[in-house]
Amino acid sequence: MSVATASRVDAAWTALAEVLDPEVPALSVVDLGLVREVNERDDGLEVVLTPTYSGCPATELIEQNVLDAVVAAGLGPARVLTRRAPAWSSDWISEEGKRKLREYGIAPPGPALPEGAQPIRLVGRRTAAVPCPRCDSPRTEQLSAFGSTACKSLHRCLDCREPFEHFKPI
Amino acid sequence: MQASIQIPATPELDYLLRLGDTCLISGQRLGEWCGHGPILEEDIALSNMALDLIGQSRALLTLAGQKSGKGFDEDQLAFLRDEGAYRNPTLAELPRGDFAFTILRNLVLSTWLKLIWERLRDSRDAELAAIAGKALKEARYHQQHAADWAVRLGDGTEESRRRCEAALAQIAPYLPELFEDDTVDAAAEASGLGPAWSSLREPWLAEMGEVLGEAGLALPESTKFRSTGKVGRHSEHMGYLLAEMQYLQRAYPGGAW
Repeated sequence: MSVATASRVDAAWTALAEVLDPEVPALSVVDLGLVREVNERDDGLEVVLTPTYSGCPATELIEQNVLDAVVAAGLGPARVLTRRAPAWSSDWISEEGKRKLREYGIAPPGPALPEGAQPIRLVGRRTAAVPCPRCDSPRTEQLSAFGSTACKSLHRCLDCREPFEHFKPI
Repeated sequence: MQASIQIPATPELDYLLRLGDTCLISGQRLGEWCGHGPILEEDIALSNMALDLIGQSRALLTLAGQKSGKGFDEDQLAFLRDEGAYRNPTLAELPRGDFAFTILRNLVLSTWLKLIWERLRDSRDAELAAIAGKALKEARYHQQHAADWAVRLGDGTEESRRRCEAALAQIAPYLPELFEDDTVDAAAEASGLGPAWSSLREPWLAEMGEVLGEAGLALPESTKFRSTGKVGRHSEHMGYLLAEMQYLQRAYPGGAW
């Protein structure tokens, strides 16, 4: 890789670190681990993205914002490539990303379940308590497995009584 | 009005459409709950699952369009086919019913989908395997949601239990279609595209038995009735569903927002 190429790729990563997720605007697409690779190709820069959920309504908007950011940084032409495998995992969220989530009031995900099928949980349905992102209390409960977006569930803290969202580990 | 598209009938395309249409039509039915859920959280949950299913169907229909040899895209396949060209098993298109019916149908279908996604991760078609890897994570979350509610309602009040039993009685006649093979399954198994549906029966029965046992419910005996949605002969409900789903694209071709 030539120096010029390396610096263009680095510059693209820097630009992408400013592209916020439309549904969790505390995090960038890089924090979320959506950007898998940036490559220099003959016809310009190629950004490889892995979508979070099959039905995430923000997927197209994210692609457009990524493209716009690279072009605005003077690095165009560029194109976005979608890669489905390996499937996105919340384990790909950076430590920095998890810290930003907590500060934003969303409890970050714990480790994702192992790949593949999982047994159905019929007892002890309320999984290990998610610590409250506001007061750190471990005494919380899940209100709903689904939240305002595909990637979050709803919880409440039994100590500070505040409701909060949890980024689902997948 | 926008005219219908005609799709070639190949076993490979049929196999993909059976799966893609199951996701699409289930997603459409679950979407009907938006604004009608019994509580806000469940309204959100059902709409979220509808989104996942429609997202999965988008990926599958895109793949099917590429294999159609006619350059069809996901939207053309979703909105411009006639009723007889949809390949979902009939169970997916039955009206959404009450909350118990929706939950138990979700349990049946999400368990079935989870099992087929698990197997499809080994498809010789790399794109289908990639779609399956993603969808499996979603399906197991859907199954957990349905299982939680099945236990809560089945083992709940007299009324919730009565409604669960009525739902299972209504669902049972449509189950054999999910587990009987035809030439499409034989071709998919031979080519390594995906498993024959009959191979899902045993693991499905085991997982359903586990949940229904905990809920104090049981699957009714099977009957001689055979539904035929997956070969394009649908119930009387399908036309109404499609009329609502297709209206906009038929009346305003190419309309976008």
